[in-house]
Amino acid sequence: MHELSIAMGIVELAEKEAAKAGGKEIEIIELEIGKLSGVEMEALDFAWPVATKDTMLANAVRKVHNPSGRARCMECNYEFDIDNLYDSCPKCNSYFKDIYMGKELRIKSIVIKE
Amino acid sequence: MCAPNQVNKIIISKPGEVKDHTHDHHHDHEHEHHHHHDHSHTDSHGRVIELGQDIMQFNDLGAARNRGYFDAKELKAFNLVSSPGSGKTSILEKTLADLKDEISFYVIEGDQQTMNDANRIDALNIPVSQINTGALCHLESDMVYEAVKSLNPAPKSVLMIENVGNLVCPAKFNLGEDYRIVIVSTTEGDDKPIKYPDMFEGSQVCIINKTDLLPYLNFDMEKAKDYARRINPSIIFFEVSATTGAGMEKWYDWLKEAAGNSNM
Repeated sequence: MHELSIAMGIVELAEKEAAKAGGKEIEIIELEIGKLSGVEMEALDFAWPVATKDTMLANAVRKVHNPSGRARCMECNYEFDIDNLYDSCPKCNSYFKDIYMGKELRIKSIVIKE
Repeated sequence: MCAPNQVNKIIISKPGEVKDHTHDHHHDHEHEHHHHHDHSHTDSHGRVIELGQDIMQFNDLGAARNRGYFDAKELKAFNLVSSPGSGKTSILEKTLADLKDEISFYVIEGDQQTMNDANRIDALNIPVSQINTGALCHLESDMVYEAVKSLNPAPKSVLMIENVGNLVCPAKFNLGEDYRIVIVSTTEGDDKPIKYPDMFEGSQVCIINKTDLLPYLNFDMEKAKDYARRINPSIIFFEVSATTGAGMEKWYDWLKEAAGNSNM
């Protein structure tokens, strides 16, 4: 379960940015965690209270977007939805693909209280 | 499993060292104390700050620092990952024993507990640093930085980093290595790659160990490779037995070339 490390990484980054902007507390945090990012939402939910305790995020509302996977076939250029890293192009069956969506692990925004 | 413990004690030590060098591995928090009960709720509503920043930067910045360190010393670094029990340490031990006259090796061992693996490497007279991650199930870039500094490797040497035995968590944590090598063994089942695809996606090399046991198992070698290629079509395979030494020469040839190639 690497999600605790990831949750702590979120806290570190969000607190740094909030402090830079003069924030004392983070009211809302908006995350983008792609379905192919390798992060289990259940494990992140479990780690969240531990990681945010006594931080600016202790009472923050968490909004999470989970973008679905999208890939472009590198053989035939077809663009398709992808659920697993091992899926092939539904058109030409090639496994050479560029996954351009679904791997996001980003803090999209925070709402701070000054 | 990672225990939900915010301040986890990471221990970095070398065999024979009496005093452990410990460092608290916690992402530093500014512990400001808020008193949520006495808000007037009229003063402000929040200000939105758009960030769009990558969450993994806490590790990736450290990985970039490691790469800078490795480059400055012209080190080549290899990150060995696998499930527990697939023979990472045995392959490493045999590789070190067979190539130590040709290559100047340094080793970082990652395990949750014990000095056992470091002691095995130390027995070969190769400088080794053991990282005990405690509750953590993977190495992170800052731990590797501390460990490599304590080893102070000679220029143009090779750093072998044996990650914590875990096929899930280390996949997300770049250590600044030149190559990541995933090891699977024939006793694990040929569908490992599609069960744990993340690890195969980011690895350049896959070593399939314990080929000496193939006659006793239902492991389909071609199927395992096919599964791995579905995730990563350019992954390179070596079929080896660390026990009998079968197939190790090809792996050594690759390693020697990768270790000597300064443009990667």
